[in-house]
Amino acid sequence: MDVSPILISMKTASVTIVLTFFLGVAAARWVVGLQNKNLRTILDGLLTLPLVLPPTVAGFFLLYIFGVKRPVGEFFLNYFGYKIAFSWSATVLAATVVAFPLMYRSARGAFEQVDENLIFAGRTLGLSEREIFWRIMMPNAVPGVLSGGVLAFARGLGEFGATAMIAGNIAGKTRTLPLAIYSAVAAGDMDKAWDYVAIIVAISFLVVVGMNYFSGREKKQAKRGERHVT
Amino acid sequence: MKRIIPFCLAALLILAGCSSQSASSTAESSSTAEAVSSEAAETASSSESATSEEPVTILVAAAASLEYSFVDELIPMFQEQYPYITVEGTYDSSGKLQTQIEEGLEADVFMSAATKQMNALKDENLVDADSIVNLLENKIVLITAADSTSPVTTFEEIGNAESIALGDPASVPVGQYAQEALTTLGLWDAIQPKVSLGTNVTEVLNWVAEGSADAGIVYATDAATTDKVTVVAEAPEGSLAEKVIYPVGVVSASQHQDAAALFVEFLQSPEAMAVFEAYGFSAA
Repeated sequence: MDVSPILISMKTASVTIVLTFFLGVAAARWVVGLQNKNLRTILDGLLTLPLVLPPTVAGFFLLYIFGVKRPVGEFFLNYFGYKIAFSWSATVLAATVVAFPLMYRSARGAFEQVDENLIFAGRTLGLSEREIFWRIMMPNAVPGVLSGGVLAFARGLGEFGATAMIAGNIAGKTRTLPLAIYSAVAAGDMDKAWDYVAIIVAISFLVVVGMNYFSGREKKQAKRGERHVT
Repeated sequence: MKRIIPFCLAALLILAGCSSQSASSTAESSSTAEAVSSEAAETASSSESATSEEPVTILVAAAASLEYSFVDELIPMFQEQYPYITVEGTYDSSGKLQTQIEEGLEADVFMSAATKQMNALKDENLVDADSIVNLLENKIVLITAADSTSPVTTFEEIGNAESIALGDPASVPVGQYAQEALTTLGLWDAIQPKVSLGTNVTEVLNWVAEGSADAGIVYATDAATTDKVTVVAEAPEGSLAEKVIYPVGVVSASQHQDAAALFVEFLQSPEAMAVFEAYGFSAA
């Protein structure tokens, strides 16, 4: 069996989760802190959009931004001599866009559930907003943020539609597990498809079990929070 | 919960209103459609009675790649010449059509995208051997994006491309031809790290049109479907063992041999060939 799709998928999902984690947490912190309610609603909608749109639509937009003949893609090609389309980095790009909303929404939910009194107490005691974020919000939101990260990892691992459009299907370079499965099924090679399907099911199952573990801890935390309020 | 109940009721009412409305509107539209179709039938019968010929309907079973040229241009052209002949079409992969004819599909004319299916039907005496004409050739071509300055201008130079879009030989017929041509030219193994394999031709076309891939290989008819790609070369002579030929013939069991023969004859006319060429085919 050709193991390159497994390696490529793992590599893509790993880099994706690092990017998504920081982008998602930063966006969540930013949106939670916004005072303008309308702006917050609109931004929230925009940032969540890739979650509900078909991945092919995400791929379409990526192609229109990062394609060789499109603004950003052309800029990279002309100034850095780097072609984004059909490169391995395009698989990361596609997976990041599609996985981002899961990370963002989980983190936002977790931040919003942090007991406001703790934050007010921090302000009264003269902590800066940055210190409040790192020393009060983050520690209290860890379970939610982590389970979001796990979900985003799984989503990045399974990304297919946008990847096929912007990264192509180059064996050993951009052919991820979902693309390898699709190609195998199209070719009627069900044995090969089964091998890859078994691997991705196994990984995804482990990931979901991992998420349950984190969210179980989150519930305990929430109960503690309740007691704290009453 | 209390607040939700009236909301649900309201939603239900709205839904019920919508569905009854849409039901009545579809009923209306279907009755108008009936009226229109009966009118059309009347006019059709009046025009038929004007000609001396007996009205006939023939069924053409043709490869899916012929659908647009047949439906949009050739069948209307033919019916203008022979108003008493109505041509219906069924379009599918040649192999499926072959099976359907073997199973008794009452087609009058068969046109396949390869000689293999036609020869099989000829050997089974299901297609009249004398009627078979090797009408068209679909060439295997190298394409680049329409406005590109791609470093690739011939099949032999395909190695200069940074990335190449091909149909997956395991599932896409034109991918098999591309593999055959590139293998004959001794280039197949060397280009493997650059090849992106599409699971259908549209994907290959899009990759090249967007410039993601520097070059691609498709049928000439595929290239003709979009102006975003340019054909830069045809597969070199001898790189393919067999040309891609579209033969056409009259089905032996046809009840309308004359009308079917007229249609096959029409397809060979210069006007019909001009249409085929506009769709990317060449005369075989």
